[in-house]
Order: sequence, then structure tokens, then C-alpha cells
Amino acid sequence: MSNAIHLHYEVSSEDFTRAGEASGSVKKRLKSLGFNGDVIRRVAIAMYEAEINMVIHAEGGYCDVDIYPDRIEVLLADKGPGIPDVDKAMQEGFSTAPDNVRTLGFGAGMGLPNIKKYTDSMRIDTTIGEGTKLYLTVNVPQ
Amino acid sequence: MIVKDIIDILEGDVICEGDLQQEIKTACGSDMMSDVLAFVKDQSVLLTGLVNPQVVRTAEMMDMACIVFVRGKDPDKGIVDLAKSRGITLLKTRYRMFTACGLLYTNGLSGGTKV
Ligand SMILES: Nc1ncnc2c1ncn2[C@@H]1O[C@H](COP(=O)(O)OP(=O)(O)O)[C@@H](O)[C@H]1O
Ligand SMILES: [Mg+2]
Repeated sequence: MSNAIHLHYEVSSEDFTRAGEASGSVKKRLKSLGFNGDVIRRVAIAMYEAEINMVIHAEGGYCDVDIYPDRIEVLLADKGPGIPDVDKAMQEGFSTAPDNVRTLGFGAGMGLPNIKKYTDSMRIDTTIGEGTKLYLTVNVPQ
Repeated sequence: MIVKDIIDILEGDVICEGDLQQEIKTACGSDMMSDVLAFVKDQSVLLTGLVNPQVVRTAEMMDMACIVFVRGKDPDKGIVDLAKSRGITLLKTRYRMFTACGLLYTNGLSGGTKV
């Protein structure tokens, strides 16, 4: 017996307008489970930035979400190009996004720093030419 | 201030209506959604010149009750439907970004941060 709730989402990169569907749906679920508003917002924002990254920098992928009473864990995995220099990618303002992404409101190089800010732990496993896995945890204050 | 006050101050046209009585404590004006996402402020209104569904999704993640499109920009049906399903009020105002923000500011709304 475990009280974990597992959610799985496929994230398609075909349609930019749908990016954020998974995050929105997790948000709704956390709300219905009665989590505190601040925790829900932190999960939703971090996951949303990561979902956008999967769509604009990789070719989509999937998210796995595990909801425990004391924490929420999110894995976002893509089969994109990988991140050559993670330290650089983590810097505020660093972005390789093309201009058309910027006209859509993203590509300011604030996504990964935002994710770091809103989560209690963040790990990036990335391999050039294979893809990127982003592991996020948000703790629930007891 | 409530959503209804924002409509009045900005002489806004309501595109779709959520809870107009909802209290608004702070505001954020930007066309870069990551900048908006960087600062969580409680019960905020978003002013933007950007018109795409990600504006609504950003507001959704931030629990924002109201989005104002400045310079009279019109969102398409996909955007309006998304906002409706999330209970977010959409407005457009003929004012430009600077003026719209200034009007709200002088009527007592703050940016929610010191800088
Ligand atoms: N899933 C990913 N796959 C490949 N590269 C990525 C991925 N996520 C982030 N990056 C790289 O890290 C950079 C910084 O990401 P981020 O801080 O979200 O800024 P932005 O998305 O605005 O460019 C991106 O420009 C990109 O080069
Ligand atoms: Mg990003």
C-alpha cells in the first residue's frame, strides 16, 4: 500500500498552443487533492517552464508525476538534442531560442532559473544527441 | 481593487467574463511570459501586448484572475475558449502598456515588489 498517485502525460511539440496542458492538468489534480496554493503554484510554474522547453528546444517527450503526501516529484524526459553546457544553460538570460520563439513570449533565458527557484531539488541528466531528463521535487511543508 | 474596477479604470471591453468581484492586489505588465513567471505575486492582473494561448496558460499557472490586452488587441477563439474554461476574465483596452500600467498604479495597484 502506498499513497502515491502517479500521472503520465505525453507532450507533443507539434502544437505550441497545447504546451502547458500537462502542467494545467497536474495543477487541477493537486487542487482537488487539497494541496496548499503555494505548493501547487510552484509545481505548476516549474513544470510549465519545463514543458515549454521540451516543446521549443526538443521535439516533445513525456512527463511522469508522482504525488506523495509530503512531496511532488516530476520527471520530464525528451529525445531532443541535449544540453551541451548545463551550467551555462542555468544562467539567467542564457538562451539559444530562435527569434520566433521570443515573439511567442518565451526564450528570455529565464526558464531553467525559474525552475530552480520554485523547486526544492532539480537535477538535469542530459546526453548530446540523445535527450534530456529533468527531475524536479517540490516538498510539501508539513 | 476588484476585477470590475480594472475594467472601469482602463475603460476595458470585456471579451470573456470570470469572477468580476475577485480582489486584485498586484499587477504585472510584460510581453515575456518567463518574466511574469519569475515573480509570484498574490492575486495579480496581467497586462500584455502578446496575444497567444500561452498568455492564458501563464495566468492559469499563476492563479491570475484577469488578463488585459493592451492597444486594443483581439484574441482569437482558441484563446478566448481557453480563458473561459479556466474562469479567467479577458479584457482589451485601447490604452498602451505604459499608460494602462500607469492608470492602475495611480489608482492604488502596486507591482507587488520593491523593485
Ligand atoms: N529540454 C531541453 N533540450 C535541449 N536544450 C534545452 C532544453 N531545456 C533547455 N535547454 C537549453 O537551455 C537554454 C536555457 O533554457 P531556459 O532557461 O529555459 O531559457 P529559454 O527557454 O528561454 O531559452 C535553452 O536556450 C536551451 O539552449
Ligand atoms: Mg525555457
